[in-house]
Amino acid sequence: MIGFLASIGALFIAFLAALGRIASFAVQALAAAVTPPFFPRLILRQIVDIGYFSLPVVGLTAIFTGMVLALQSYTGFSRFNAESAVATVVVLSVTRELGPVIAGLMVAGRVGAAMAAEIGTMRVTDQIDALTTLSTDPLRYLVLPRLVAGFVALPFLVLVADIIGVFGGFLVGTYKLNFNPVSYLTQTGQHLETMDVVSGLVKAAVFGFVVTLMGCYHGYQSRGGAAGVGQATTYAVVSASILILLLDYVLTAVFFAK
Amino acid sequence: MSDQAAAKISVRGVKKSFGPKRVLDGIDIDCAAGESLVIIGGSGTGKSVLVKSILGLLRPEAGSIRIDGIETVGLRRAQREPLMRKFGMLFQGGALFDSLRVWQNVAFGLIQGRGMERDEARRIALEKLAAVGLGAEIGELSPAELSGGMQKRVALARAIAAEPEILFFDEPTTGLDPIMADVINDLITQCVRGLGATAISITHDMTSARKIADRIAMLHNGRIIWQGPTAEIDRTDNPYVDQFVHGRAEGPIRMEVRAA
Repeated sequence: MIGFLASIGALFIAFLAALGRIASFAVQALAAAVTPPFFPRLILRQIVDIGYFSLPVVGLTAIFTGMVLALQSYTGFSRFNAESAVATVVVLSVTRELGPVIAGLMVAGRVGAAMAAEIGTMRVTDQIDALTTLSTDPLRYLVLPRLVAGFVALPFLVLVADIIGVFGGFLVGTYKLNFNPVSYLTQTGQHLETMDVVSGLVKAAVFGFVVTLMGCYHGYQSRGGAAGVGQATTYAVVSASILILLLDYVLTAVFFAK
Repeated sequence: MSDQAAAKISVRGVKKSFGPKRVLDGIDIDCAAGESLVIIGGSGTGKSVLVKSILGLLRPEAGSIRIDGIETVGLRRAQREPLMRKFGMLFQGGALFDSLRVWQNVAFGLIQGRGMERDEARRIALEKLAAVGLGAEIGELSPAELSGGMQKRVALARAIAAEPEILFFDEPTTGLDPIMADVINDLITQCVRGLGATAISITHDMTSARKIADRIAMLHNGRIIWQGPTAEIDRTDNPYVDQFVHGRAEGPIRMEVRAA
């Protein structure tokens, strides 16, 4: 019994230690934002990479999510004659939840993994040590631009995803479920509040930070050649995905709890 | 051994462990200004750990490392920055940045580390590439397009680009054919003499060690077990050095491996 409790305790301590290491890593990287030199070009390049190049995958996911949502809610709501709520359900679900969560998960898979692999490879091939010997702080040069870019780019990406997702619902609603296009759009706007969109964008900024932090942290800590880089990539995607779902609940509770 | 205060680099009682394994167990060694010191030793004896500790990439658990008489162990990042400007390092695998072109790699320390204008840094980078026998057209390629020997030369050009006072070479000839290894050895000698720099190299290539060293030290079991002028390495009666230099399978080093 004591052995069992001890192993739970050891796991808990290891979890807290990992949390501490990640927090310390983030603080050290963010502290570099206060003093020059700054790397605006690198930030811009990362914003393009995270935001622009993720558009196809996020857009595709968003349109199908909106379409499925319209179809499913129609099937469910028609059982108690509430078909008119379909447009409202689609727009609220997409802006509050599915837009940021789906975009966050897609970016975790596409960008978080790539960051962990790139920084991990730099670590195991001594490129990060080389940066230090060339009087360049690796946290300032590699990590900070990615964290800033994730935080800035995700809200824009989610805004586009919201529009595409709602459009997906509109397509299914009007072409397949025979809603009147004008009344569908009226229903869409009627119950949508600014807070619905803003809360989704705040979530997106947090998810963007988390995805890039996990990618950078696990890449930076990777050891042991190709196997270590592979492991870092897996950890980056899994930890970012779990944190996105966990923080989604926390942020929803903060925004909408009554 | 030169006096600690007068030495360019002075290492005293440095210890470093990774988990239960003690890699450095009280290293004492000095390197005078303008001297080329080569540290030899088998794989996994801690040569790279020693160099990384001197560079500040690893933090020793005990001991003192002085550069120009200034204690460097325990320095904070900001305090270390001026010190890093004195260093140039050639890594074992080159450690060139894949995402940058060759000239950008060479100019990196000048642009990012010293805030030099891009055009001026590019001019210096091409100059340094020429110094290691590479043309301007190579500067436009990416590191992945270069052979191993060319990558080592680019890495050497990057190490000397900012004309550092102290140069470190980690296994500079590993993985190269004998002719290219000799070319790299010649370039290292030329660059170190040309800059008047202090150099510490680590290698297990005795041909390279004999060519680039003023003085050789041997690292074994976490300690410096022998050091002396290059000419004396073939005359020493130290059985560890004798076995290593002549590459014999039988001897005290082998016996310890068996015992383990």
